[in-house]
Amino acid sequence: MEQPLTSQLVNLLAAFLLLIAFAMLSQRRILTLIKLFAWQGAALAVSTALVAYSTGQAHLYFSAALTVLLKVMLIPWVLHRLIDRLDVRWDVETLINIPATMLIGIGLVIFAFSLAAPISEMASMLTRSTLGIAMASILLSFLMMIVRRKAVPQVIGFLAMENGLFFAATSATYGMPLVVELGVALDVLVGTFIFGIFFFHIREQFDSLDIRHMEKLKED
Amino acid sequence: MSHFPDIAFQILQSVFVVLAAPLLMGWVNQCRAWLQNRSAPSIWLPYYTMAKLFHKNAVIARNASPLFRLTPYILFGCMWLAAGIVPVLATDLPFAPAADIIALVGVFALARVFSALAAMDVGTSFGGLGARREMLIGFLAEPAMLMTLFTAAFISGSTQLTTIVETLAHREFAIYPSLAFAAVAFLMVLLAENARIPIDNPSTHLELTMIHEAMILEYSARHLAIIEWAVAIKLFAYMTIGIALFVPWGIAAAGEWSALPLAFGALAAKLALAGAGLALLETLLAKLRLFLAPEFLSTAFLLAVLGMLTYFLTHS
Repeated sequence: MEQPLTSQLVNLLAAFLLLIAFAMLSQRRILTLIKLFAWQGAALAVSTALVAYSTGQAHLYFSAALTVLLKVMLIPWVLHRLIDRLDVRWDVETLINIPATMLIGIGLVIFAFSLAAPISEMASMLTRSTLGIAMASILLSFLMMIVRRKAVPQVIGFLAMENGLFFAATSATYGMPLVVELGVALDVLVGTFIFGIFFFHIREQFDSLDIRHMEKLKED
Repeated sequence: MSHFPDIAFQILQSVFVVLAAPLLMGWVNQCRAWLQNRSAPSIWLPYYTMAKLFHKNAVIARNASPLFRLTPYILFGCMWLAAGIVPVLATDLPFAPAADIIALVGVFALARVFSALAAMDVGTSFGGLGARREMLIGFLAEPAMLMTLFTAAFISGSTQLTTIVETLAHREFAIYPSLAFAAVAFLMVLLAENARIPIDNPSTHLELTMIHEAMILEYSARHLAIIEWAVAIKLFAYMTIGIALFVPWGIAAAGEWSALPLAFGALAAKLALAGAGLALLETLLAKLRLFLAPEFLSTAFLLAVLGMLTYFLTHS
């Protein structure tokens, strides 16, 4: 069962993406988290470009370029500015300890893989084996949003989830139409800015970015 | 079924590993000294140290049991057995069917149990402390090691190390993401199991941090020499397992004398590189707090499991 080299490379990059998702899950420092997010974007861009090269889908080159521009440069830069302004360089706190989170993560990966297995058996595409990995990284980003206590890592988790969704779209259908992708990219960018404004408001209100304080707002 | 040349190969390999292991240790120490801007000790230093230790009189605690005296020899025997099973120079050794990878991990575990028992035998506080820490590291490292080996076993469809190596050495070039995961996991296990820097510092006797050194604190003279020798063989065996799994090219088949020089050369080059890499890692990394060791090893386990899962995903 020999696969072409590009397919192998895409598989390798997919594995790299999954690895970064786990690294983000286990990371304690925000700065490293942002760096990992940028790396995830880079891996995503390279794999998109590879898929574009091997299938001849020109619009995928655009999405790869867009990914580099937005997710490797702009958003990490914005996040850097944000944590500088907010002066939040504390270590990230987690709700569950890290080895336990990792074990839950492995469970999620197994779930995602078994979910994707029947789909990839029917598909005959270059990227069919990466769908499971894409779904696993979406679920892992979900997990990261759940177990993190502070707002900034949660937002990074959200952005990483978008990366996973993008990868899933590329591996399942060779990418969405360009218009949709442009729209999503714009949404993510605007979302980041809005989150930034939110951070300032949350901090002004509670003197902290711990989102548990928001429970106080609830009226019984 | 006895083939004389095969057995000669087996004996050659076993003797070679035992004799060359301290040299690898010396090489790692030398590289580390260079990297840290110290004047390097001779590469033969481990041999001198052992020769010196063999000429001394052993001092043994009054309440030590026979287990304490026996353990160095058991350790040495276990490591030598492991070195006989791992295809270092050649595959298809007559001794190899005696044990597959699971038994190999078992041999290492046997050595660990005995060294922990011996450490607790005399009843000093350091011995007990070292033994407890060693068992903590061991029980976390072992599943990660097994998972790594299973990944390679899945790819080649056998748990026999020789078969695995033959399959991996003679395949067409292909990128296996699962093997990449397994290689990183294996490296982490190697560092932990051989008491190397992120987990344990081999060159310190500071009571708060030592693990392996705390266990062998009561040993002296020939017993200490044999233990040090066994430790060197263990490092050699782990490195050759790593080489056999992840960069197996150039290994000879048993009885094939003409391929032997190439196998020797390839092995020496790979080991020199691996030793230098180990020294580099030890220079770059800082020792982890003991309580972070479970996290380090659970990461190794995670990587190994991911490797296995990725294999299923890409080959289903």
